[in-house]
Amino acid sequence: MRTCPLSIPALALLAAMSAGLSLPAHAAEYSVLDTAQSSISFTSKQMGVGVDGRFRKFNAALNFDPAKPGSGSARIDIDLSSIDAGSPDANDEVVGKPWFDIRNFPTASFASTGVKALGGDRYEARGKISIKGKSQEVVLPFTVKPSGDSAVFDGSFVIKRLDFAVGDGIWSDVSTVANEVLIKFRFTATTSRPAVKK
Amino acid sequence: MSHTQPGLPTHYTRTAILLHWLMALMIIAMFGLGLYMTGLKLSPQKLQLYSWHKWAGVSVFVLAAFRLVWRLTHTPPPHPAGMPRWQQIAANGTHHLLYLLMIAIPLSGWLMSSAKGFQTVWFGVLPLPDLLAKDKALGDLLQGVHQALNLGLATLVLAHIAAAIKHHLVERDGVLARMLPFLQDKR
Ligand code: HEM
Ligand code: HEM
Repeated sequence: MRTCPLSIPALALLAAMSAGLSLPAHAAEYSVLDTAQSSISFTSKQMGVGVDGRFRKFNAALNFDPAKPGSGSARIDIDLSSIDAGSPDANDEVVGKPWFDIRNFPTASFASTGVKALGGDRYEARGKISIKGKSQEVVLPFTVKPSGDSAVFDGSFVIKRLDFAVGDGIWSDVSTVANEVLIKFRFTATTSRPAVKK
Repeated sequence: MSHTQPGLPTHYTRTAILLHWLMALMIIAMFGLGLYMTGLKLSPQKLQLYSWHKWAGVSVFVLAAFRLVWRLTHTPPPHPAGMPRWQQIAANGTHHLLYLLMIAIPLSGWLMSSAKGFQTVWFGVLPLPDLLAKDKALGDLLQGVHQALNLGLATLVLAHIAAAIKHHLVERDGVLARMLPFLQDKR
């Protein structure tokens, strides 16, 4: 997708005028993921105690311009085999059938259907999460902090693992491993056009 | 408690006796639980047992700390007259090491848990701070330390029990009876 180099500053100016507010100086479309500065981590509760984990491999196709959040979009695909669930034992366990069953469902994904500005640097993305063959509509709140040519997208939300049959059978007893899992994401993305240094 | 002699007591305080047997039972149960739970395949039951082990282990630590204070403020009865010098040294050394291990084993368990990234929350209510950051190599090392200290404890306890039985059956000097009052009454 190519855009006329003039269109983005022009739109930003237009938006700034119509909003009557000062906008980030670098209003621009952030769309190139900086994987080294991005992460998807999660906290589950085992016997009431938080245990941290993360996904080492994922891809996030982001398109977001703070000047026109409504046309932003995101598609995130997580390679579930890259999970670190907190311990070697847990890593062996969670790829198996009762949990993610990665042989049949190797990826989990999120695809946005719309983005809404909530004021300040806060936004929310609506969309669909798909895990283990089950999908659910979700609303993900996030903040955007632009700096220079890049912006940091930060957010967290809670999902219920049993809605996706993650941790079936003996593990469905939520007094041992809680149903709620806190998912935290941080994406750093840069503008797609060659950086215009000031 | 009445100590008839002004200088040295003739028996252990009731508190010392209660703590001795309560902790002996707890520690032996903990030892069995530790061996059993580590052999299990990952399951909710395993996670529960690990938590119980950690909760009970922290309880042992709290009791041990109290017991140490009690011991330092309450003189135990002296060794029986005529007990060979080497046996006195061995008995004192064993007792000191047992106290040390009752403190060191729970500490090593707590630090191991921190290094493995599993915080200890006593009875699911009181979170103990994680003094160590998550570090797999360190966690594995501390697991080895916990194991080694437990092996030391098991060895010492076996020697300790053997000595107690020998005092009772061979020397017949009342050493076991002063820790087990019901034996006293039968004399
Ligand atoms: C007097 C107190 C304790 C005793 C007698 C004890 C004994 C044991 C024993 C015998 C094992 C099995 C060792 C092996 O074969 O790997 C074990 C494992 C373990 N202990 Fe303890 N323990 C005590 C206190 C604690 C405490 C306070 C904690 C943590 C707060 C703790 C955490 C653990 C953990 C996490 C393991 C499993 C290590 C693994 O994954 O292999 N223990 N304990
Ligand atoms: C985990 C198990 C045990 C631990 C950690 C332990 C620890 C101790 C300690 C630290 C003392 C010294 C008390 C003091 O002077 O302050 C002691 C005394 C004693 N223990 Fe144990 N004990 C254990 C099990 C047993 C068992 C199973 C027996 C009996 C067969 C036993 C018999 C005795 C006796 C008779 C004394 C008194 C020794 C004396 O008066 O000099 N203990 N024990």
